[in-house]
Amino acid sequence: MELIDLTLIWVGIVAFAIFMYVIMDGFDLGIGILFPFAPGDKARDDMMNSVAPIWDGNETWLILGGAGLLAAFPLLYSIMLPALYIGVFLMLAGLIFRGVAFEFRFKATRNKHLWDYSFNLGSTVAAFAQGAVVGAYIQGFTTEGTSYVGGAFDWLTPFTVMTGLGVVVGYALLGATWTIIKTEGEVQAWAYRVAPWLLGTLMLFFLIVSIWTPLAHERVMARWLDNLSILWIFPVLTVLVSAVLMRALQQRKEVVPFLCTLLIFALFLLGMAISKWPYAIPPTFTFHEAASDPGSQLFLLLGFLFVIPIVLGYTAWTYWVFRGKVSGQQGYGH
Amino acid sequence: MIELDPVLLSRIQFAFVVSFHAIFPVFTIGLASYIAFLETRLFVTGKKVYEELAHFWTKIFAVVFGMGVVSGIVMAFQFGTNWSVFSYAASNFLGPVLSYEVVTAFFLEAAFLGILLFGRHRVPPGMHLFSAFMVAIGTFISSFWILSANSWMQTPAGVELVNGHFQMTSWGQAIFNPSFGWRFAHFALAAFITGGFVVAAMSAWYLIKGTAVESSRKALGSTIILLAVLTPTQAFVGDMHGLDTLKHQPVKVAAMEGAWETQEGLPLLLFAIPSQSQEKNFFEIGIPKLASLILTHDLDGEVKGLKEWAPEDRPNVFIVFWSFRVMVGIGLLMIAITLTGAFLHWRGKMFDSRWYLRIVSMTAPLPFLAVLAGWFVTEAGRQPWLVYGMLRVEDGITPSLTGWMVLATLIGYVLVYAAIFAAGLYYLSRIMRAGPHAYPIKTDDGTGRPKRPFSAVDTSIDSHLDQKAPHRS
Repeated sequence: MELIDLTLIWVGIVAFAIFMYVIMDGFDLGIGILFPFAPGDKARDDMMNSVAPIWDGNETWLILGGAGLLAAFPLLYSIMLPALYIGVFLMLAGLIFRGVAFEFRFKATRNKHLWDYSFNLGSTVAAFAQGAVVGAYIQGFTTEGTSYVGGAFDWLTPFTVMTGLGVVVGYALLGATWTIIKTEGEVQAWAYRVAPWLLGTLMLFFLIVSIWTPLAHERVMARWLDNLSILWIFPVLTVLVSAVLMRALQQRKEVVPFLCTLLIFALFLLGMAISKWPYAIPPTFTFHEAASDPGSQLFLLLGFLFVIPIVLGYTAWTYWVFRGKVSGQQGYGH
Repeated sequence: MIELDPVLLSRIQFAFVVSFHAIFPVFTIGLASYIAFLETRLFVTGKKVYEELAHFWTKIFAVVFGMGVVSGIVMAFQFGTNWSVFSYAASNFLGPVLSYEVVTAFFLEAAFLGILLFGRHRVPPGMHLFSAFMVAIGTFISSFWILSANSWMQTPAGVELVNGHFQMTSWGQAIFNPSFGWRFAHFALAAFITGGFVVAAMSAWYLIKGTAVESSRKALGSTIILLAVLTPTQAFVGDMHGLDTLKHQPVKVAAMEGAWETQEGLPLLLFAIPSQSQEKNFFEIGIPKLASLILTHDLDGEVKGLKEWAPEDRPNVFIVFWSFRVMVGIGLLMIAITLTGAFLHWRGKMFDSRWYLRIVSMTAPLPFLAVLAGWFVTEAGRQPWLVYGMLRVEDGITPSLTGWMVLATLIGYVLVYAAIFAAGLYYLSRIMRAGPHAYPIKTDDGTGRPKRPFSAVDTSIDSHLDQKAPHRS
């Protein structure tokens, strides 16, 4: 009797929230990852100022991802979080240390370097943990009934370490290309120098993970071999976009590199989702089985349709207010 | 080896992270409204004193809000990590409610806080004022949703339990569940009172020191008057909330009163050491019949005692009993302080009564203690239920959790929070010591960059050079 497939819509919404989080917090986590390598304290001030007014909003997408998952796919929420227990703790501890660094760093005098470390370490740990979460998700979870029954460190394997490091490098690339947009002079020149190296390393990780995933997971392998024609679009597009990105960096374009990096992340997420479809938790539960009651999905959907465009509207407006280069502008002046 | 109980440890962990988190929003909700008030006065009158105050309290707001945000992210995941069975069971209700909190409140606060903090000279004054209001409204919307969720766990409604899964029967009844109204009013008032006391205490302290006299007089005068209205109102609302609890959760009220036996003319105990195992109190000191009068509005009214319920269905009486006394005791103290202040102010003597200023300057911790004690009453009083009368705590825990996992992360959270709390207090105390007058004119600490474009001309040669640095091409 269903006219519209609510679950399908919710897959789209949750995927959108996760994507928004990855690209938005991705670049400000990336700023943190690159922090110790920046050329001097002035550069660090600029980099931090470039994200200070917006990081809080960016991180809110993570909370939406968590709450949205609970609302739309509670089974996924209540299996993933126990399975990733220790990893989630590390991610949260990382996010705490980097989050407070925004306020504390500019208030500190003698201990400023301490908050530099806190910002850097917190961002790196959080990024790594998020990458490991993605890896663990690809890996799958041991379940019984509707509960996770595996061990505390099942999520930490050579494969997830690889995906964790991959995300650290990917976020760093987002951070570097964001820095290109928001700064000028010495800082920008430095960002132009590091971006190609980050891109190269990211491609290396991409290659390893792309080969490793199908080899280690028969189901993914079968999926890739079955649908050769469609699925291979993703790696091919990724390589193409990277080439465009590399060229844009050489030509000293300012906005194109960042957009290309976003595209790479989008392609990666899409490729992963399609390798898994229609399973939310392979091989046990499909998205439809992991979904909440249609009534709850509908109740929230109606609100979202109204509220999310407003959220996107005023978020875009704040980005507009803080547009332009950060150096020489008003500092952390509140 | 000692057996580590994941249920007990998870409860301790949740109590710790939520108590730590609650400190910040309870302060920022009140403070956000105060800042919106100051910004309005600034907008209307254009007086410098309001700019000084708005700027100063926004700076403090930023630090406190930052700590609230990071500790709040933890809360979004605690449900899933430690209470996955509960999360799954209650997801049909909790999922949408928490999601609505994110999209209607968190985004609003985050986006407009950015404008409030960094955008004073990038948007027109009207937009800046608008942002202050959006932040204040956001904090209220947020507490609406989270208190609805909490209240639903206390007095579940609008759902039926089917195969261990809550299914919605009425969204209206679930969101506006029986104890929501008074609970929300009680909390909102508590938030205003908390913000008010911090502002009053700081202002009194500046007046003693003789700094920022004009702005501090303005701030103290208006907050004391406001508090003198709010604190007695809170006593009334709290009483109504208590009567509401008697209707829906009588065992909680029995624990609050330390009443083991059902009796008519229940005394109001001022002191007692309740013993859970012996089912009685030691060293009781009480006022005869007063509890019956308060609860039933009749000196000989009957109040049900704890023994009406099976031992395993009773909350921890000692915690509930004493938390309640701490909350009420501090509440009465706050009423006395603010009424005294209002009287002195009416006679025009408040600013010259150094003894009074000294007392007020020390009151900042009081509302926080009262709020935490209140939460302990209502949350410990809900035990042993997770969703009152429907799902017990031990049935909501994550099955794969082992004791050491919870212990390790509990120790981790304690260490992390201790570090950031110490740092946060240190930086707050520095801002506070510098005082309101230190901000609008001074250049930014450390960076040597000016705070306002107008003063940029003579101080920021560096940044002008930066601006003209050649592009690489």
